Amino acid sequence: MPSAREMRLRIRSVKNIAQVTRALETVSASKVRKAINAMTATRAYATKAWQVLTHIAGQPGRESLHPLLVERKVEHGCLVLVITGDRGLAGAYNSNIIRFTQHKFDQHQVPVKFIAVGRKGRDLLIRRKQNVIADFSNLPAAPSFADVSAIGRLAVDEFLTGEVDEVNLVYTDFINMGRQITTLKKLLPLQIDSGDGRVEAFQDPSSPAAAYEYEPDQTEILGEIIPRFTALQVYQAILESFASEHAARMVAMRNATDNARELVGGLQLDYNKVRQQGITSDILDIVGGAEALAG
Amino acid sequence: MPIRCEIVSQDRLVFQGDVDIVILPGAAGEMGILPHHSPILTTLKFGVIKVRINGVEQVFTVAGGVAEIQPQIVTVLADAAENVEEIDTARAEYARKRAQEALAKGIPQDTDSYLAVEAALRRSNLRLEAAQRYRKRNISFREVEK
Repeated sequence: MPSAREMRLRIRSVKNIAQVTRALETVSASKVRKAINAMTATRAYATKAWQVLTHIAGQPGRESLHPLLVERKVEHGCLVLVITGDRGLAGAYNSNIIRFTQHKFDQHQVPVKFIAVGRKGRDLLIRRKQNVIADFSNLPAAPSFADVSAIGRLAVDEFLTGEVDEVNLVYTDFINMGRQITTLKKLLPLQIDSGDGRVEAFQDPSSPAAAYEYEPDQTEILGEIIPRFTALQVYQAILESFASEHAARMVAMRNATDNARELVGGLQLDYNKVRQQGITSDILDIVGGAEALAG
Repeated sequence: MPIRCEIVSQDRLVFQGDVDIVILPGAAGEMGILPHHSPILTTLKFGVIKVRINGVEQVFTVAGGVAEIQPQIVTVLADAAENVEEIDTARAEYARKRAQEALAKGIPQDTDSYLAVEAALRRSNLRLEAAQRYRKRNISFREVEK
């Protein structure tokens, strides 16, 4: 058993760690609230925009409408946008995303390129020798659409130039504080039967069989809204991921604090025992000495 | 048989409900949408959207965007939109003044900042005009408090 002094130091250091993790938990708690607000504020617009996109993509003769709707044979390559956090200490948040990505794309027949959003994702992907073509790290804590529209534009460009035939998005869907789900969403080409729950949920029974009329004209309106709404999906995914990251960090820090408290409890018990033993042996020594003198 | 109308701006859901008619500032002019309209996808100009429910009209400003029209539903994806009753005239006035000052100082044209200021000016002009013209009571809540 270590000495009482060593144990006292150990207890103090564990208590300090608990204090730090508790502070981090509080910080994350306030950040998660802000992130959730930002996320829900734009959610209505993003889901409606996605709905309009799927309606457009669901029309007969969709292939001729816009290049982003054209389904191509996936042979040149595949692009994956991976959204992670810039910082760690969020439990398994970042590594879950990377593991999920690897699991989905390891066995891919065509070359896979990655766009990393978030420093942790970039580092982990590079360490695993993946082809990372672009890196968007250190985004502001509350990004505006303008801050992230470049990411969507890059993905659209890669698809249009034929560098890749498919664009996927890996992000973390925020369900509630305790539950975040790593999700794969096919971004391009746009399609209606992507197996995305959101798409089905918004397929109303009166879904359009007839083609649209366009004002001012088809090329102009589709040329404007399709790339923009695609970028908007990326934006929404980033907001969802940010909220998820903060929630994951908060839970991780709360667990760390709880564990530290438990550890302190155990250590304190051990320390008390050692201290008690010391006192007992001291008293025995004194009593023994006194008896020897008296005797 | 009413038609469903949903108006969302980039930061919130502005309006949703079943209405009798929706009047939109479409790219090719005003259009009134009744139930069972054929599908249209149109861009929106700066202007006002009016919806009528049982003869009662509600007016919203819209600063550009897109509208998707389906037989049962009209979805408006506005760059910015608000109910005229909610417009904060004092704030819009202030925003207009600031934009005008910025323009008066002379920012080089064709830059992003110039376009941003110009858009801000157009938005506040639109809000003020709409508030003046369509608001049922011509005083803002703020002024009542004073």
